[in-house]
Amino acid sequence: MSQILDLKNWYLSNFKSFEHSLNGESNHPIHALRKQAIERFSELNFPTTHDEDWKYTNISSLLKYNFKPSVGRYKLKREQITSLLFGDMKCSLLVFINGHYSEALSDVKNFSKGIIAGSIEAELKNNSEILYKHFGKYADYKEQIFTALSTAFTKDGAFVYVPDGKIVEDPIHILFVSSSENENIISQPRNLFIAGKNSQVSIIEHYAALNEDVYFTNSVTEIYTDENAVVDYMKLQEESKKAFHVSRIEVSQERNSNFTSHSISMGSEISRNDINAKFNNDGGESTLNGLYILAGDQLFDTHTLIDHAKPNCNSHEHYKGILTDKSRGVFNGKVIVRPDAQKTNAFQENNNIILSDGALVNTKPQLEIFADDVKCSHGATIGRLDEDALFYLKSRGIGEEKSKIILLHAFASDIVKTIKVEAVKKYLEAILENRFQHE
Amino acid sequence: MSSTEVNQIEELANKEYKYGFVSEIDADSLPKGLNEDIIRQLSSKKNEPEFMLEWRLKAYRHWLNMQEPNWANVHYQPIDYQEISYYSAPKKKPQLNSLNEVDPQLLETYEKLGISLDEQKRLSGVAVDAVFDSVSVATTFKEKLSELGIIFCSMSEAIKNHPELIKKYLGSVVPYTDNYFASLNSAVFSDGSFAYIPKGVRCPMELSTYFRINAANTGQFERTLIVADEGSYVSYLEGCTAPMRDENQLHAAVVELVALDNAQIKYSTVQNWYPGDKNGKGGIYNFVTKRGACRGVNSKISWTQVETGSAITWKYPSCILQGDNSIGEFYSVAMTNNYQQADTGTKMIHIGKNTRSTIISKGISAGKSNNSYRGLVKVGRNAENARNFSQCDSLLIGDKCGAHTFPYLEINNSSAQVEHEATTSKIGEDQIFYLNQRGISTEDAIGMIVNGYCKEVFKELPMEFAVEAQKLLSVSLEGSVG
Repeated sequence: MSQILDLKNWYLSNFKSFEHSLNGESNHPIHALRKQAIERFSELNFPTTHDEDWKYTNISSLLKYNFKPSVGRYKLKREQITSLLFGDMKCSLLVFINGHYSEALSDVKNFSKGIIAGSIEAELKNNSEILYKHFGKYADYKEQIFTALSTAFTKDGAFVYVPDGKIVEDPIHILFVSSSENENIISQPRNLFIAGKNSQVSIIEHYAALNEDVYFTNSVTEIYTDENAVVDYMKLQEESKKAFHVSRIEVSQERNSNFTSHSISMGSEISRNDINAKFNNDGGESTLNGLYILAGDQLFDTHTLIDHAKPNCNSHEHYKGILTDKSRGVFNGKVIVRPDAQKTNAFQENNNIILSDGALVNTKPQLEIFADDVKCSHGATIGRLDEDALFYLKSRGIGEEKSKIILLHAFASDIVKTIKVEAVKKYLEAILENRFQHE
Repeated sequence: MSSTEVNQIEELANKEYKYGFVSEIDADSLPKGLNEDIIRQLSSKKNEPEFMLEWRLKAYRHWLNMQEPNWANVHYQPIDYQEISYYSAPKKKPQLNSLNEVDPQLLETYEKLGISLDEQKRLSGVAVDAVFDSVSVATTFKEKLSELGIIFCSMSEAIKNHPELIKKYLGSVVPYTDNYFASLNSAVFSDGSFAYIPKGVRCPMELSTYFRINAANTGQFERTLIVADEGSYVSYLEGCTAPMRDENQLHAAVVELVALDNAQIKYSTVQNWYPGDKNGKGGIYNFVTKRGACRGVNSKISWTQVETGSAITWKYPSCILQGDNSIGEFYSVAMTNNYQQADTGTKMIHIGKNTRSTIISKGISAGKSNNSYRGLVKVGRNAENARNFSQCDSLLIGDKCGAHTFPYLEINNSSAQVEHEATTSKIGEDQIFYLNQRGISTEDAIGMIVNGYCKEVFKELPMEFAVEAQKLLSVSLEGSVG
């Protein structure tokens, strides 16, 4: 207990030096929010397995470290990150090193007037009106200690704004590279994506590491989709196997907007993802897909919440997991259909394949329904590779190993094939190919 | 919806609980309150052996250190445990040989409920251990059962006559430390049923107990223990109706089942306690711990429940699948109307190899009620080839009710195969329209559709019960159409 108290004091004292380093910026309107958030942080406790939301996720190994905020700006060469790019895909590239924007490595296309893709720090300096309208409005820091921590240390992150009626042709690839060089650092990117009325954009949030370091990424992403906006969002998590990753994604959807998300997780010792989508108005559509491939002692925990607050909205959710060694997967999917949210369709599915005896899956799909004219369903399966399918392949002269690879590919492809950006799909297929060979 | 339908609905919604009456029988009650003295008095009133009192006191002391749980998806006024009288027995003590000696008023009560002992005796061949409040007053067919070596008696008798079995099995599935309400029950349980089926015996009739809650402010703390020895089979029925009350009555029962090698237990419940009036006033709090242990190889425990009553139902009949190749089943229909709340489901704990479990749960919510399914499927590290299939469907009638599902799947073994699926929907308008145009009223149509929806569960009930269950469902559905 005292250790955790020390840890809280550690972050609190870090906040003081952080405040100093802001120099002069403390009159900034965001700073009031930072102060409130650190206040709240000091009141909240780090979750334990006694909290229902963290029942299966023990974060005590994360709490052992005193992670230092990354202040110094690491420099990386372009060659160091080329392997993390999606081939020669035409895209706008935003690169963050340990949570700080690197202008040198980024490559932002000439957008048509009004479209912004850049760092949130720059936007804060500009006192951008659109930023204030949305920043911190969706990810409430009052209940979640990690969000409070992130809000308190708000400094940098990605910012994308697509004004009404604009379409961003090429995807925006946002790469968060960690390179801590034996220092245990914490990076807390704070992202905000705003899609105006009738706009369209595709964003890839990509977390990767250059070395197998111990570090902590605590990210918060807020996404706002205005009327008829179409947002294709993807989160690709390839952190170091020793890293910790806590992320929260809040999506706020207006009338007839369409939001698709793919969450692919392969890295981190412990990773926890909260993705919450809320329909503020009729006719919205939300698709949350995910794939997690775990090995070793990895623990992956995803919590999703789809809040059908208004009628005539559709949601589809499909998460799949492949687990080997002693890895653990946790899925908690919640769908709430509020009173009067009639004509709601909500579908949720979670499938898991366990390849070895030590692996473990805890899944909890939840429905809370308060309206009657709805179609909601959820399904969850946990099992091995289908014996019959394996037998069939073997009977055709395909070796056991090869057969397994084929079946795993088929299993994963349900999610991979729904990825819209072709280059990303290829990039991912190559990674999967490589991983399955070694399983 | 047409206005005539609305009228019809309102009219139906105002129907009163049909089984609401209080029979006036002098009850021999203990004063209100709970302390060690009360437990000593309770135990001595029942002439219990020393070990039983010790056990009760241990449970009570443990209970004092426990917190009332609050995780369930139900809301109720805090219960004052000192305001409850923990013992109430019909004054004329039994020791009866025939029905003629039973208090006539008591018999009348059974008549009103439609469970005439005579009729049961003559026609149905069901042995009834009728529990009126807390002490059983008449046991039928006892002789026939004892010929086969089957012990079927009240818990108090069992404690006196078969202490070795009680010592061995009581609390072996639900220990007195298990949970708040189970501990309370262990401390103060008044009576209940006990059944022991010896090796290789197939019980020739359905064993059955009709529970009734009577006498104001008497919490009912039943304790049921069924032990099926190697190779035996028993089917047990539990059913209940309760009179109309304004105050909430607490019912914290414990049911323990033990199945040894190759034994089979089938436990069926129809629960129709007073659900409170249409404004949500009154009604029974039904906080029950039911658990079965498949101890032996190839053993099987099957729970079937039809829950239509109680203001609050909070129970999870569970199976611990310990023996290799053992099987657990759970079939449930939970219907809530008006302001009723139900948080029910099951736990299937797979420990042995090749264990299998099936869960079929059908929830129906109407009015302003809330109905939750909460279930756990846990596959242990050594449960090779464990297999589970769960299906929980919810039906919503009206737009003011809620349906919730909270399934927990915890899988520790790679050879396990676990499937869970759930759906929530309302009754199809096209189905109602089809039946309407065949000249079937909306009310009847909904009754038919709901009964069809629950068929998978009803077919698991013994015949006598299936009829009653369908009737109950129709009564509970009355007034919910909309």
